[in-house]
Amino acid sequence: MKLRDTISVALTALARNKMRSLLTTLGVVIGVAAVIMMQALGMGATDRVTGEIAGMGSNMLIVTPGGAHRQPFGGSLLSAPLFEERDLVAIKDECAAVRYAAATNTRSVNAVYGEKSRSTSLFGVTPEWFEIREWGAAKGRILDEEDEQQAGKRCVIGESVRRDLFGDQDPIGADLRVHDLSCEVIGVLSEKGTSTFGSDQDDLVILPYSTFSRRIAGSDAIGIMQISARSEDRIDEAKEQIEALLRQRRHVLAGEDDDFSVRDMRELQKVMGTVTGVLTTLLASVAAISLLVGGIGIMNIMLVSVTERTREIGIRMAVGARSGDILQQFLIEAITLAASGGVIGILLGLAGAAGLAQAFDLPLRVPLAGTGVAFAFAVAVGVVFGVFPARKAAHLRPIDALRFE
Amino acid sequence: MAEAAAPLLELRAVTKVYGAGEAAVHALRGIDLKIERGEFVAILGTSGCGKSTAMNILGALDVPTSGHFYIEGVAVEALHADVLAALRNRRIGFIFQGFNLLRRTSALDNVELPLIYAGVPRRERRRRALEAIAAVGLGGREGARPSQLSGGQQQRVAVARALVTRPEVILADEPTGNLDSRTSREIMDLLAELHRAGQTIVMVTHDHDIAAYAPRHVTFRDGQVIADGPRPAPPAEAPAGAPPQEAHA
Repeated sequence: MKLRDTISVALTALARNKMRSLLTTLGVVIGVAAVIMMQALGMGATDRVTGEIAGMGSNMLIVTPGGAHRQPFGGSLLSAPLFEERDLVAIKDECAAVRYAAATNTRSVNAVYGEKSRSTSLFGVTPEWFEIREWGAAKGRILDEEDEQQAGKRCVIGESVRRDLFGDQDPIGADLRVHDLSCEVIGVLSEKGTSTFGSDQDDLVILPYSTFSRRIAGSDAIGIMQISARSEDRIDEAKEQIEALLRQRRHVLAGEDDDFSVRDMRELQKVMGTVTGVLTTLLASVAAISLLVGGIGIMNIMLVSVTERTREIGIRMAVGARSGDILQQFLIEAITLAASGGVIGILLGLAGAAGLAQAFDLPLRVPLAGTGVAFAFAVAVGVVFGVFPARKAAHLRPIDALRFE
Repeated sequence: MAEAAAPLLELRAVTKVYGAGEAAVHALRGIDLKIERGEFVAILGTSGCGKSTAMNILGALDVPTSGHFYIEGVAVEALHADVLAALRNRRIGFIFQGFNLLRRTSALDNVELPLIYAGVPRRERRRRALEAIAAVGLGGREGARPSQLSGGQQQRVAVARALVTRPEVILADEPTGNLDSRTSREIMDLLAELHRAGQTIVMVTHDHDIAAYAPRHVTFRDGQVIADGPRPAPPAEAPAGAPPQEAHA
């Protein structure tokens, strides 16, 4: 018997029980769809996390006092001397691979406007910080060199702060009180939304670094320097130059560990990538189990089908079907069920992935490899769970099958 | 046709036992039977006499417990299951009491079925199936499903299916058992016609009127052949030497 004929026989048999065939494939449909959706979701989340980290400035380096290896989280700020303004200037002047360097400091404060108040993060930054973070004003302007020079009592606020304190009012020109300091709002930053880590990126008020040092911190030592390299491939170069320069300026002896650390975003990206990767695998594995359950459903129905069609098997054997032909027919039926379930599942899964991407505001990623694997797995499920019923059919004795009532 | 010496079908000392020990049922107790090409043989006997078991062995659907079954001198019991399937496919055509057509499958597709397993190409299959359906007088009903056909028509489809592979022998197991007397005569006329055209036919029946269509009668009782010879004179009221007829079981 030719394979083409076997296939057409199998398809005819399935078409005769459309409803049952459809329900049988449902398990596989759901399994495949779930695998694809989970993978797409995981990949989308990974993309978003790495994208967000890149959004902080993929060329960004963070320099903190305290050795990186001594203690977790970069060591204590207290155990090593802070940086000075001259360090910042030196880095800008002497490190060729460095494009921007900014000093930053932060503190939690209550911001008050009129009757309303809100606890928020107060930042003091030098103007280049806006370049490093690639962050501009949606309204008004950002802080500039003049504000820094004058230690002006001016501030820029994030969108969340604006919404809470000003509502429909125009915040530009208004006086905002932060930590006993009254400052004029000169700009509202463009909205960045919630980060993947759950923090509201727009919940901040920014002062010139000089103003922050004098009025809030009471010292102009620099806790954290944010630096951006000239390009992504010059990050390592920038890192080496900064390390060499700071070792010299801070009199770190050869062979001694750095008393500061320079970190870049790639490390964070790597860690986050691993975390989301593990999550993706986990979700997809759970989904794969439902695929397995779908396979058992196929086996169940195939067994019922073999019993129900014993007479048909007998007739086929009486007119010359070999047991191999019968085996092939039922196996093809099972594989067809699984494979069509796989195809429907892929379509549903992709549609579902698109929906989820929309709902969670994630980039839509099509897991090509995952789709292929899920489909192959579905077909394999058809083979594995089809073999038993098909063998049962093929090993019937013709005379018994014919007599079956 | 080369080996004129060997009969087409031959059973030699065939026994068949179902079950074992105390519960064993001896369906056949040593049957010897030769069927030559071109014969039309009726196997007669009451229900449970072993005639259907013999038929299943002749049809390569079942194997003897002991003894031998030869087709043109070749011992069948030594053959692989796939070879038996090929035998059923190419050399034997079956007609069953219950028609045994595939439900929800058109007459044409039913008749094509053996040709599919013979690996005949689609176009050729269609042509031969249409031919066979026309030969049994069902031209125009090719697309009908068994449920849309009368009993007689269904049996005609079954005859067409048996014929379509041009088998050397047609085995008919109570071919008229489910039919009324008028339709029975039509089917038997059809078989008689095939026989006149040279077709070898072996038919199992308990009905002497039906058996009368066959020139040779073999009578079974309790798993043994008790009579084998030409049919009694057709118009005879009481068939001589035959067991009394029993009502339909």
